[in-house]
Formats: sequence, structure tokens, C-alpha cells
Amino acid sequence: MIDTMRVADVEELAKMIPDGAKIAVLKNQTGVPAELFRAIARNGTKRLHIVGVPTTGYVTDILIGLGAADTVETSAVTLDEIGMAPRFIDAVTHGKINIKDSTCPAIYSGLRAGEKGIPFIPIRGLIGSDIMTVRDDYMIIDNPFAENDPIVVLPAIIPDFALIHVSLVDELGNVYLGTHRDMALMAHASKQCLVTTEAIYEGNLLEDPLMAASTMSSIYVSGIAVVEKGAWPHGLQGLYPADFAHQQYYREQASSEKGFLEYVDEFVYLKSPAIA
Amino acid sequence: MIEPCKLEELLIFTIYRLLDDSKHITSGMASPIPAAAALLAKQLSNEPIRVSVLASQHLHSFTDGSSEVFDLAAQGRIDAFFLSGGQIDGSGNINLVGIGDHANPKVRWSGSFGSAFLYYLVPKVILFRFEHTPRTLVEKVDFISAPGSSAPHVYRRGGPHALLTNRCLFSFDKKRERFCLLSLHQGEDLETVKDQTGFEFDISADLRETPQPDAATLALIRGEVATLLRDPYPTFAETVFGP
Repeated sequence: MIDTMRVADVEELAKMIPDGAKIAVLKNQTGVPAELFRAIARNGTKRLHIVGVPTTGYVTDILIGLGAADTVETSAVTLDEIGMAPRFIDAVTHGKINIKDSTCPAIYSGLRAGEKGIPFIPIRGLIGSDIMTVRDDYMIIDNPFAENDPIVVLPAIIPDFALIHVSLVDELGNVYLGTHRDMALMAHASKQCLVTTEAIYEGNLLEDPLMAASTMSSIYVSGIAVVEKGAWPHGLQGLYPADFAHQQYYREQASSEKGFLEYVDEFVYLKSPAIA
Repeated sequence: MIEPCKLEELLIFTIYRLLDDSKHITSGMASPIPAAAALLAKQLSNEPIRVSVLASQHLHSFTDGSSEVFDLAAQGRIDAFFLSGGQIDGSGNINLVGIGDHANPKVRWSGSFGSAFLYYLVPKVILFRFEHTPRTLVEKVDFISAPGSSAPHVYRRGGPHALLTNRCLFSFDKKRERFCLLSLHQGEDLETVKDQTGFEFDISADLRETPQPDAATLALIRGEVATLLRDPYPTFAETVFGP
């Protein structure tokens, strides 16, 4: 019996995200709720601001290709070993999207400021990088505790929604994260967290000391849906491997506008292929 | 008869030779040759050293998420790392972002990843770029993802140590802020390297051929190292070492 959490379906979760929302997602293969992103695409949500923590790939490329996102804030958009993200590259080179370039630890640090409720956070590195030129919200200050020590400060990142996929959520809405602690960071910093899960755990994960240390409290969670293979074509740690053949197929299709639209017809809008 | 040393194996061995004093070596995502070099260093070291291959779920021991590696680097707990670039220039600046104006680029790449942090904080950063052409090794990068050097008062313990390509090995002279050609790989000549490099560089007084691994080291690369590499980089391992 679920006490505090009603289990929704994935389309309902997608509808909770309004146009213009700032959504955060972890990098490829680390708990990416790919089916939730396809549901966001089906819902026709617009003007999304995507935060890739600290990088992003397949799911962001699809939303960009559909014109559903107008800003991407991340340190890289990539399909990793498969290659570049084709719709992202096309959108940037045609001026169709605002890319807020960053570097991995700056994304994490911005979220750390978000989870602590502080307005900004200092970070080493970055001085002399052109990231400082293109990011007018990153600034250099003098370390107030030392002489002659310039240091970069950047604003807190507070997404409207952290979107995650996990193997287990318990009946109370507590979320098993395993070693994906970045999920907790991202969820803590965000106003809401929407979770898709492979399964519901019967009981309370926090009562099992072995599980509790790897579990995030339901405090942060505002929506749950059960989606089997919900990370596909990404893998999910310990449960199923990544489907690299499909990711390769995606890259080939998405390298043209026409091929991309065929891809989304089949795998996002779930239309049957036309009968020849 | 032993099959002759392949170029990839020479590059693995060459990076390994640069890692002599590193106690914790970390390799990033798309880095099979640096990962192999780090694994070789672990095999050959007389003392226990730590190798963290971020592309593998098994070849590192981080439990605090993907952000842990940056915190380790910030504290000085990582001694060596590897970076590359769509463009690398003669001052050691690297560009992972694109060519042309940032807002309206002619060519766009994935992005800067962790470079704008790790280049400053990991003492020994080895630049590895397989393709050595005027397209990749340029006079000045279009976008500085991470600079090769910083003003003296900027907090920085790290930076470029060397640049390895499919043609040669350069060291980086931190005082002169430029590269120095140390060795040419077998079959390469100085004129071609000059011709294929978009920046000016110094030339070592004892310029020589890049040393090849001996038979025992080559066997180790093809044995234990290749086996470990099959987990994060199955395609690379099969291409270089066979099925």
C-alpha cells in the first residue's frame, strides 16, 4: 500500500512539467529517464531549459530536434563513444538554441549551492577560459580570506524539476539510488523531483540499514511512475546494459532532419511504420 | 615470431613513460589509449599506485557519484590526467567547443567537459591528439576551453606536461609557454612534422626516434592490459588486439 505517494503513469508525470520549465538530467547511462523524456516530447512541452548534469546526450538531442528546448546548460552534449549529438550540433550551428557552455564541476557546484540554499559558490579553475567570456553569470572576485587570489563565483542552479530513473522506489516514495549520488545532489537542488522506477519495493527502504545509506528520502519526490526498461536505450546499473546498437541507429537517423523525424515517429510517437 | 609494435601500442608505451612519478592516474571518458597506458603503469610499478578509469564501472572505486573525481582533483588527490582537443595551439590552449564565433559557429563539438577545471588542478596533464595536422594543431585556438598557462597569481598547480600525436612527442616548457619536439615516431621526419603543425615549436638538441617497448612490455600490453581494456573499450580493444 502506498501511503504518501500515488503512483502515476509516465504521461501524467510529463504533463506536470509546464512550458518554459528548467529540467535537470544526469549524464548518459546514469539513471536517465529516457521514456519520461519521450513522454515530454509526446506532450508537446515547449521552451524547456535543460541542465545536463554534468553532460547530456540522447534525451536532450531528441527534445532539441523537436524544437522543445530553447536553452541547454551543460559541459557537453554527446552520445559518448557513439559520436556527436546530431540535432544539437545542427541546432547550434543554425542558431536555433542557446547553449550555456560550462565545465563539469561548475554544474555540480551550482547544484551544491542550490541544495544549500546559498546564492552563489566559488570554484577553482576557469580563469582565462572562454567559458568566462560566454557566461555573463560567471564572475571573478577576490578571495576575501587571502591576498591576491582571484576566484570564480557562479550562481546556484535551481532546476524546477530533477528527472531520474531508478531501479526501486519503496511504498513510501523513498528512492534507491545505489552509488548514483549525483541524483541526490540534483534532486536536493531542484524544486521538485519526478522519478520513474523499474519496480516498487514492498516495505520501507529506510528500515534496512544496508539500503538506507543509498536511499533518498521521499521529501524531495513529487511524482513517481513505474516504467520497466525506463532508461532504454541507456543502461541501468546492475539491471540491464546500454543498447549501443540502438544508440548507433539513433545517431545515423538523426544525422538528417528527415531521418530524425522518421525516428521520432517510430520511437517517440509510437506510430506504426507505414506499410509499403 | 612477435608481431611488430603497432602505432597504438607505441602510443600506449609512450604515455606510460610519461607517468613515472604519478601515484594516482585517472583517465576520462573517450580515452582508450591513455587508459591502457595507466593500466600498464600499474602493472609495471614497483610500488602500489592507483588507477581510475572513469569510462569503466569496475576500474575505479568512486562511490560519491561522478562529481567525486573533481573534488579529488581540487584537493590534489589526482596526479595525472589526460585531455585532448578539436584544436590545440602552440601555447597549450585546448578547444573542445568549436570553430568560428561561439554564438554562430561554423563547426560545433560536444563541449568543454571537465577541462576548464582539471587542466588547472591536476599537476601532470598529458595532451593526446591522434590526428596531427594543421587542422588540429593550430596557431591559435578559436575558443579556449582551458588555457595552457595562467598569470602567476592565478591558483594553478597543474597544466600541460606533454603532447603526443600519431607523429611525435612534444614536451611543454612552462616557462617559455611553448612545446618542444622530443622524438619522432618510426617513419616520421622533421620536415613533415613541421609542415603538418600549425604552430611554431622548439626542437630538442637530442631529437631522436620515439623508443619502442621491449618484447616483455609489448606482451604485457597485449596480455593483461588488453584484457582489462575490453571492459570499458570493447571496440578499441578488438580493433587493436584482435578478438
